[in-house]
Amino acid sequence: MSAVDVLEPTATTVETEPTRPRTRHWAWMRDARVLTRRNLVHVRREPAQLSDVTVQPILFTLLFTQLFGAAVVLPGGGSYIDFAVGGLLIMNLVTSAPMGTAVGLGSDMSTGIIDRFRTLAMRRSAIVAGRTFSDLLASIMCAVFVALAGLIVGWRPENGPFGFLAGVGIALLFGYSLSWFGACIGLATKGPESAQSIGLIILFPLAFVSNAFVPTNKLPTWLGTIAAWNPVSAAGAAVRELWGNPNPSSTISAWPMQHPVAAALIWSLVILSVCSITATWLFKRRTTE
Amino acid sequence: MTAPVIEAEGLTKRYGETQALAGIDLQVDKGTLLGVLGPNGAGKSTAVRILTTLARPDSGGARVAGFDVVHQAAEVRQRIGVTAQDATVDVALTGRQNLMMIGELSWLTRADAKARAAELLDQFDLTPAADRIVKGYSGGMRRRLDLAASLVTNPPILFLDEPTTGLDPASRAAMWDVIRGLLDDGVSVLLTTQYLDEADQLAHRIAVIDHGRVIADGTPAELKARTGRQRVDVRLSQPAVGAVEALATLVTAPPIVGDDGRTLSLAVDEEPGLGSRVVEALGANGIRVDEVSVHRPSLDDVFFHLTGHAAEDDDAGEAA
Repeated sequence: MSAVDVLEPTATTVETEPTRPRTRHWAWMRDARVLTRRNLVHVRREPAQLSDVTVQPILFTLLFTQLFGAAVVLPGGGSYIDFAVGGLLIMNLVTSAPMGTAVGLGSDMSTGIIDRFRTLAMRRSAIVAGRTFSDLLASIMCAVFVALAGLIVGWRPENGPFGFLAGVGIALLFGYSLSWFGACIGLATKGPESAQSIGLIILFPLAFVSNAFVPTNKLPTWLGTIAAWNPVSAAGAAVRELWGNPNPSSTISAWPMQHPVAAALIWSLVILSVCSITATWLFKRRTTE
Repeated sequence: MTAPVIEAEGLTKRYGETQALAGIDLQVDKGTLLGVLGPNGAGKSTAVRILTTLARPDSGGARVAGFDVVHQAAEVRQRIGVTAQDATVDVALTGRQNLMMIGELSWLTRADAKARAAELLDQFDLTPAADRIVKGYSGGMRRRLDLAASLVTNPPILFLDEPTTGLDPASRAAMWDVIRGLLDDGVSVLLTTQYLDEADQLAHRIAVIDHGRVIADGTPAELKARTGRQRVDVRLSQPAVGAVEALATLVTAPPIVGDDGRTLSLAVDEEPGLGSRVVEALGANGIRVDEVSVHRPSLDDVFFHLTGHAAEDDDAGEAA
């Protein structure tokens, strides 16, 4: 008789025999959903966490359109405000989505809660995934605020509702892939503070050396090449193209600027696969002792 | 005779320069509580981390509920509850939200998780605080919630890593009652502690560990028997060199002399007139006694006897 057979659960009025999920996939989805909801409760406790997807997008949209709008003349013509909103959407997602994941995961990993999770029957990979899902919801909120602020200052998408939604969709996909990059940062650093500073050091240059705020057509060759191949530029150009807004990058001959939608999709999928594999590896390394 | 629910053999574990475990064997029989007793840094938490699948042993192996902790970790996790030393609840959630989350992550349905959370909150007197954020809980409340969290699925095997460290005496006594209740329900428990009285109060068997090894194990009574059936503490009027010799025929182990040379701790057999005999033996040698007390040996005496240093004396432990 094995030891297992004699281990009867103790008396309780509640049925605590776990309902085995039908498939591994289903179990993972469930665990990720429970953890996503937990992260959202955290946000409700401390709504200030959301400032980077609410206040920041409004502030940046108003500031950049008013400040740069007066100074920047677009090659090929068109209004700076119409040009800027697509770039601002990408720029806000680049700084908020990965940072949310990096800091949130960094703090989970440095507290006792991670040991609790690891002794439960749950799927461990759902810990990282649940974090990226709640950050995706925050990104959707970010998109709404950028669009609202844009509408207020006079921006209009020109390709109808489907074009608009396609642009938002590609921006969210790009932001989501960067969440996994943030997961890598959060897992590779010691705690939320270092995750935050290292994340910003990497992401800020990425956001700025791009077409997010200004056309890159007149940049010196080497910087122009970097900007043209920067995934952020591809995402910015893709959103502008799908929204029917001015996209001066279309005259740049680099392949991603000629095919921004394809380039943004490819970049997103590459970042997503490389970073999710890396994050899984980092998580395993971090939790193996 | 049923198979043990926890069995560990020859576990070793090294963290960098520190040999946390140097070959540990442990066994817990169904429905019993094993007290793993040792000072800070003895390897208690490392042993718990290995048995609860959080760490892998460098060598040796362990089975929990009949499953290998390394190769069948998922099976083990479905059958254990763990209350670690650091609080492992989410301080930004309420007590109820914590228990529900753990229930759902243990694959209870949402409705069952909710009902189970309510039941546990009630059982642990946390209902009034159920919908408050854990950050505002007292130490005792947090420990109770942590313990409740490890009971969500009614696991038949429970690991409690120093569950009362840092608690005030009242919370500690309350925690002991809860643990006794769990034993009554048939749960098997591995409890680590650095409090000798805690092991004495709760354990069916005790494994004393020091420097990553089990240095003694047995029932509390067996361990205490090792230091003689009774102990006599004597305080002399002044330090006396001949005192140890004067008592040689009475004691069952060499007496322990305090640093001041005036206090002696003696292991003796039980017999009538014990106190008088000690005083007389000393008096016959011209040694005067200020105080004498006869008591049953405590686990402090046991630990000192086994290791030559006190259980809660960390420095002595590291230096030895």
